[in-house]
Amino acid sequence: MVLDRSLPTTRLSGWSRYPVLDCAVLPVRRPEDAAMPAGHPVIARGNGRSYGDASLGVPTTLAMRPLDRFLAFDEATGVLSCEAGVLLSDIVDVFTPRGWFPAVTPGTRFVTVGGAIAADVHGKNHHGAGSFGAHVIDLDLALGDGRIVTCSRDAEADLFLATLGGMGLTGVILAARLRLQPIRTATIRQTTHRVADLDGALERLAGSTSTYSVAWIDCLASGASLGRSVVMDGEHAEPEELPAGIADPLARTRRRGKTVPFDFPALAISGPTVKAFNALYYRRHRNGTGLVDLDSYFYPLDALLEWHRIYGSKGFLQYQFVVPLAGARAALVRILGAIAEARSGSFLAVLKQFGPEGEGHLSFPMEGLTLALDFPASPDALALLDRLDDLVLDAGGRIYLAKDARMKPALLAAGYPRLPLFRAVRARHGLEDRFQSALSRRLGL
Amino acid sequence: MSAATPPRSVLVLGGRSDIGLAIAHRYAAGGASVVLAARDPADLARAATDIEIRHKVSATVVPFDAVDPDPDRFLDSLAALPDTVVCAVGLLGDQTRSEADPAAATAVMEANYLGPARVLGAVANRMAARGTGCIVGISSVAGDRGRASNYVYGSAKAGFTAFLSGLRNRLARTGVHVVTVKPGFVRTRMTEGMPLPGPITAAPAEVGEAVYRADLKRRNTIHVRPVWRLIMLVIGAIPEPIFKRLSL
Repeated sequence: MVLDRSLPTTRLSGWSRYPVLDCAVLPVRRPEDAAMPAGHPVIARGNGRSYGDASLGVPTTLAMRPLDRFLAFDEATGVLSCEAGVLLSDIVDVFTPRGWFPAVTPGTRFVTVGGAIAADVHGKNHHGAGSFGAHVIDLDLALGDGRIVTCSRDAEADLFLATLGGMGLTGVILAARLRLQPIRTATIRQTTHRVADLDGALERLAGSTSTYSVAWIDCLASGASLGRSVVMDGEHAEPEELPAGIADPLARTRRRGKTVPFDFPALAISGPTVKAFNALYYRRHRNGTGLVDLDSYFYPLDALLEWHRIYGSKGFLQYQFVVPLAGARAALVRILGAIAEARSGSFLAVLKQFGPEGEGHLSFPMEGLTLALDFPASPDALALLDRLDDLVLDAGGRIYLAKDARMKPALLAAGYPRLPLFRAVRARHGLEDRFQSALSRRLGL
Repeated sequence: MSAATPPRSVLVLGGRSDIGLAIAHRYAAGGASVVLAARDPADLARAATDIEIRHKVSATVVPFDAVDPDPDRFLDSLAALPDTVVCAVGLLGDQTRSEADPAAATAVMEANYLGPARVLGAVANRMAARGTGCIVGISSVAGDRGRASNYVYGSAKAGFTAFLSGLRNRLARTGVHVVTVKPGFVRTRMTEGMPLPGPITAAPAEVGEAVYRADLKRRNTIHVRPVWRLIMLVIGAIPEPIFKRLSL
């Protein structure tokens, strides 16, 4: 492996552009490039779509995108084998027309398969389908000492379970076998319910029998409207439901993405603009059922390329937590109250009820309610998040590592009870000195 | 010129290069079967499989030495002469080393001129006999005017550009078309670590798209980003007494 001295240093950050660090970047073009010992800690980075510092390797970051080949596909079973740098958008582009779709997809399709496994990402169907890792059959992992092992629930199971949600700290994911889900159209039947308060939203989410279910919640509403939401349920539509005259029900509507051309000034996202936007968004939605294309249902923000620029050059803070079902309502009332009081509201906060906890030792989802928020990076926002940390801790919840850039370390051990198992796997395979990220150093993972 | 029917098969010489692979993907997306030709083809097997899965076409890998003095032996080894042959062979080399070491300079000259011209000459004869086909040569704007920073590479590309234009002239009355491609800056392994200006730097996929379009529309010489035509016009217009004092 090349010495860091000879590698160009790049200013790297996650998608929220906070923090920004100097990293030496080593492109991985062949599996062997990642297999050999580096002599110092490295971390793999996919498409850089985790929000905070999880993909920042100091000193060395392995760039995995060049490793982006499909290795095998079984048209009968939908089992896809691919390299870790393949983007979910590649999978959607290639396999949607053939009637297959990722079993789980996060809110952006611009993530790599390796990144999706390392963060054990979830989607709007978590309550039924579990997280991304649940559909991974096996994966190839480079342990940083020359060994490449294939691990699964049956072989090297300890490594497999530590790697799902393991934030790249158990080795470099080189390739994986995934199970895709069959679809018959590229269309989603979406049902929208406007609910006037938090209880309405929680009731809807808890009682949802839909495959996909998620709520957008207005964090700046208070008093009687606290928690007012728009709940959006979705099902893959059947060909019979589509309007007549559609030649190919699996064809996607192509539209060119728009790009945010420059960093917005800091004032663009502030209390009053967000409040106005949220009120408008809430009123714009009408109850009812309609057909929408896959892309607008799953990836609304992907249509706005470089959308993180609306938060200005200082970046923003993403915050996603989950609190256990029992006591979730009380915790959410306190947390929404704290946010509304701070008036540093969040666009499009997303509320969802998770299904049962997954297999990964550090997987984020657990049975409960999760809320995702974002705030322009500022001292006020950091102070607010410290307060929210305490409320999440009190409720027995946890914070999503893939979105974190600043959490209180105390939350880590409290929120992730299987952390000792994870650490034991790292120790057993000698991985602690070979794989570290800015995130793992900050939190003492 | 009328647009041709989409090619049913393509041979990419230098199939390991980022540009060569991107071109192969574009032809495959249009339904063409693909042959990737490169030295040590074993590690290209994954790339071929990837093309097969993505585009549902056949993709194979064949061994190819760009500086083999007998290109007919290589062409005889192919199952068939494809509709389109793309030469993406190239070696940037290190200008300073090429100045000091004649062997290094020779390698750059061979890889960018001698080898590509020799093999495309042999391809041209076969296509001329058949009466159809398209030959695509990836040359370079570096061949438009020699500069201190890369004139060994540039001179070989200049030779290649002249060869392609001569070939096009010769074959104009046959059914065989020749496309000269001058990509300008492209973000590839070859240019990794170089500070390339974003607005005039193309991604390999853009090269693939531009080449495929040029093949279909029978275009003669293309730049991938049109701004390069203007840039090279300006560079070409600078009087030599001034140009020789510039560092570009």
